[in-house]
Amino acid sequence: MRYLLLAIILLGAATLGGCSEGVLDPKGPIAAAERQIMFNSTGIMLAICIPTMLATLGVAWWFRASNTRARYMPEFAYSGRLELLVWSIPIMTVILVGGVAWVSSYDLDPPKPLASAVKPVRVQVVALDWKWLFIYPDEGVASVNHLTVPAATPISFEITSSGVMNSFFVPQLGGQIYAMSGMVTRLHLLADHAGTYRGISANYSGAGFSDMHFAVDAVSSEQFAGWVTAARNSGQLLDAQTYAELAKPSQAVAPFTYRAVAPGLFGSIVTAEMSADDPSLCISTASLRAER
Amino acid sequence: MNLLGKLTWSAIPFDQPIVMGASGGVILGIGAVLAWVTLKGYVPYLWREWLTSVDHKRIGVMYLVLALLMLLRGFSDAIMMRTQQAVAAGDAQGYLPPEHYDQIFSAHGTIMIFFVGMPLVIGLMNFVVPLQLGIRDVAFPTLNSVSLWLTASGILLTNLSLAIGEFARTGWVAYPPLSELQFSPGVGVDYYLWSLQISGIGTLLTGINFVTTILKMRAPGMGYRRMPVFCWTALASNLMIVAVFPVLTATFAMLLLDRYLGFHFFTIDAGGNAMMYVNLFWVWGHPEVYILALPAYGIFSEVSATFSGKPLFGYRSMVAATMAICILSMLVWLHHFFTMGASANVNAVFGIASMIIGVPTGVKVFNWMFTMYGGRVRFEVPVLWTIGFMVTFVFGGLTGVLLAVPPVDWQVHNSLFLVAHFHHVIIPSVVFGVFAGIIYWFPKAFGFKLEDRWGRRAFWCWFIGFHLAFMPLYVVGLMGMTRRLQHYDVLSWQPWLLVAEAGAVLIFVGIACQVMSLVVSIRGREALRDVTGDPWNGRTLEWSTASPPPAWNFAVLPRVTGLDGFWAAKQRAHATQGEPAQARAYAPIEMPKNSPIGFVNAFFAVVTGFALIWHIWWMAAVGLAGAFAALLVFAFRDEEEVEIPAVQIAQFEAQHAEVTP
Repeated sequence: MRYLLLAIILLGAATLGGCSEGVLDPKGPIAAAERQIMFNSTGIMLAICIPTMLATLGVAWWFRASNTRARYMPEFAYSGRLELLVWSIPIMTVILVGGVAWVSSYDLDPPKPLASAVKPVRVQVVALDWKWLFIYPDEGVASVNHLTVPAATPISFEITSSGVMNSFFVPQLGGQIYAMSGMVTRLHLLADHAGTYRGISANYSGAGFSDMHFAVDAVSSEQFAGWVTAARNSGQLLDAQTYAELAKPSQAVAPFTYRAVAPGLFGSIVTAEMSADDPSLCISTASLRAER
Repeated sequence: MNLLGKLTWSAIPFDQPIVMGASGGVILGIGAVLAWVTLKGYVPYLWREWLTSVDHKRIGVMYLVLALLMLLRGFSDAIMMRTQQAVAAGDAQGYLPPEHYDQIFSAHGTIMIFFVGMPLVIGLMNFVVPLQLGIRDVAFPTLNSVSLWLTASGILLTNLSLAIGEFARTGWVAYPPLSELQFSPGVGVDYYLWSLQISGIGTLLTGINFVTTILKMRAPGMGYRRMPVFCWTALASNLMIVAVFPVLTATFAMLLLDRYLGFHFFTIDAGGNAMMYVNLFWVWGHPEVYILALPAYGIFSEVSATFSGKPLFGYRSMVAATMAICILSMLVWLHHFFTMGASANVNAVFGIASMIIGVPTGVKVFNWMFTMYGGRVRFEVPVLWTIGFMVTFVFGGLTGVLLAVPPVDWQVHNSLFLVAHFHHVIIPSVVFGVFAGIIYWFPKAFGFKLEDRWGRRAFWCWFIGFHLAFMPLYVVGLMGMTRRLQHYDVLSWQPWLLVAEAGAVLIFVGIACQVMSLVVSIRGREALRDVTGDPWNGRTLEWSTASPPPAWNFAVLPRVTGLDGFWAAKQRAHATQGEPAQARAYAPIEMPKNSPIGFVNAFFAVVTGFALIWHIWWMAAVGLAGAFAALLVFAFRDEEEVEIPAVQIAQFEAQHAEVTP
């Protein structure tokens, strides 16, 4: 009873919570598909788990020592049929859920490009201490702690980290992926509608971690073009020097943009070779942090 | 060179009132206990009978005492975290700054897994396994004492970090690069690493000891198919310890080399690969979950059979399921990082492998249910914990299988959904299981039962408090709240976190009830006395000897003719009632002699660990030399055993028989 009540409260609460934000309120096809998989798997398993829970309570109660109507079978310890049943129920459940897992792992594989008639927008993501840098290689601009993307357009992310591991995550658009130094992970997301969504780091990375969130503005393609133009007309140039400045540890950084990006900067961040004349720059950001 | 390495007065956090208050309280508490013990003249008794004891029963009890004390520490951390998250919404920063909060969640995880979970199950295995096997001690009794005290050393070092220096701020998994010197230059990670290295050696020795004991030392007639299920789960658990703890030790050794000697196993430069640490950590980490959970499943099996007055349903299935989990649990570690960007093949294979563990686990739940089916279930407190576990655990298992679906994991990985999930499986299985086990075997250990009323109150507080504390975390996890946040700006999360806080408070009330239960039981122990040695109408051999058992456990080793040997013997005795009892002849028994080596060795382990943490090299050398010298002295001792004369055994048996109705 208590459980049923809790389940109802939980479901109700989850639905309520899902109305406003989070993974139960998807705003793109990837997140929607992932939510569907979550619902399907939960449904399959609830069909087994709720009866099991009720049966456990029922059996325990009926066979209580004080119930004289219950039959006492002190030698009942084996039944081939029941054994077959108890092995096959979980096996069949796992076959079903396993099938869901198998198919969806391929369908929703994060590096897999999204099928779309629209040309994807590329974004290179760098997790820094403790903020996010978004480089738009095709547009030649960059932005800190604020991601502006066109709605209804696939976004192709390349993700790395300057040092500590983080996880790039926009719950309402799709699953997360780790940001790791020296490596590039791939992720493809798409926002169906214009709107502002919450982005976070989903892997603890040190003292400033709690403020490592950013807004994702999905806007119309005209507005996106306008945003790019505005970004090109203000702010600094992002090159090795300004990157080194940016990479110094800082917390709760207000969003700003760079008007241009030195070519090949993302690649050199990944390989940690900043420039020929000062190869120690990337290392020094780490030791700067250590001095804090 | 500084004679005290990195250690200076600034290591003591005088500026932090919470830390100073807590450590001051602990130091005062320890001081008061020590003073009381000394004044009352208990020191020689404690030293002779407990600290140097190699008796598996006393070692088991000491493990449990340590674990329960650490449960209080770990729970204090938990309630501080819950309180911080309940208040730090919007612009509020709460009462714990990040550098303190980050230590608390790291310490909570480390302590609860290594210094609560492990000593709880190892303590119960120590106490119960030799009794259930019908033998007099474990295979290597002195080594057992060494294991206990090495665990205690790790615990002491971890707690020293409260007052001297700091603990890790990396989370309990201590992933590099964050845990590398570059990003964590303080002593926190070193405290973490050396505490766990030292206690890890103790755990490995325990594993070797129990695998040997169970494989080689069962009572005459006890084949594998007659072994109690708890012993089977203990075997599986210890096999896993032997298989995976060396991996953890090697992984930590590599991180230590990085931090101390400038190696590059996991650094971000010079070819290091931090993701290798993540892999290796979980090669240990996933089996660890089952190292803790399997013995708990064993306890539930014993409790459900005993209190239903029936044999366990599907014994062979249960054994098969246990061994299947033992092997499968080592093949699924990758599900802890589906978000690392592995290929779809890898994710799909490990996802399905993880789900397959749900099969033997599911079988166990059904078998416990069928054990009650057709029984006469007595709703004693251990049964409450068992049923509470079963109805809770199926849903914890559900969310676990859900997390094994890679696309679902990408959405909730590292969120509070995940936190809710693993508490939803570990608390009902390990914590509820061990509580059931402690209440079940308490009369065997101390000769009197725990009283009922406070025990029931404790159960209901824990059961309801658990759901209040963790169900809301599922919700905020789905709402996008990730774990380890010191503050957050989404106000809609706060109501849920306030409910969770209320749950944590209710669990606290539950713990208070348990303390009350202990106090009330000790005061009223004469009324709760177990004079028969078999207070629950038990089935296995531990109930065939006196409560508490003599040092030699069994005057004559029991001869086992089937499963549930003691139950069968009782049935036979019932049939032959009235016949005059035969006078028995007793032979003298050789028992291992107590030894201070475990305690002394642990003292030097603490000295060495502390010295290495603070880079006090001369002191580390002294510690290592001391440990080695102690070992040499021990190796050259002449007498290893004491003989219990037959007269003493006969006397004990006669006394015991007198009170047995």
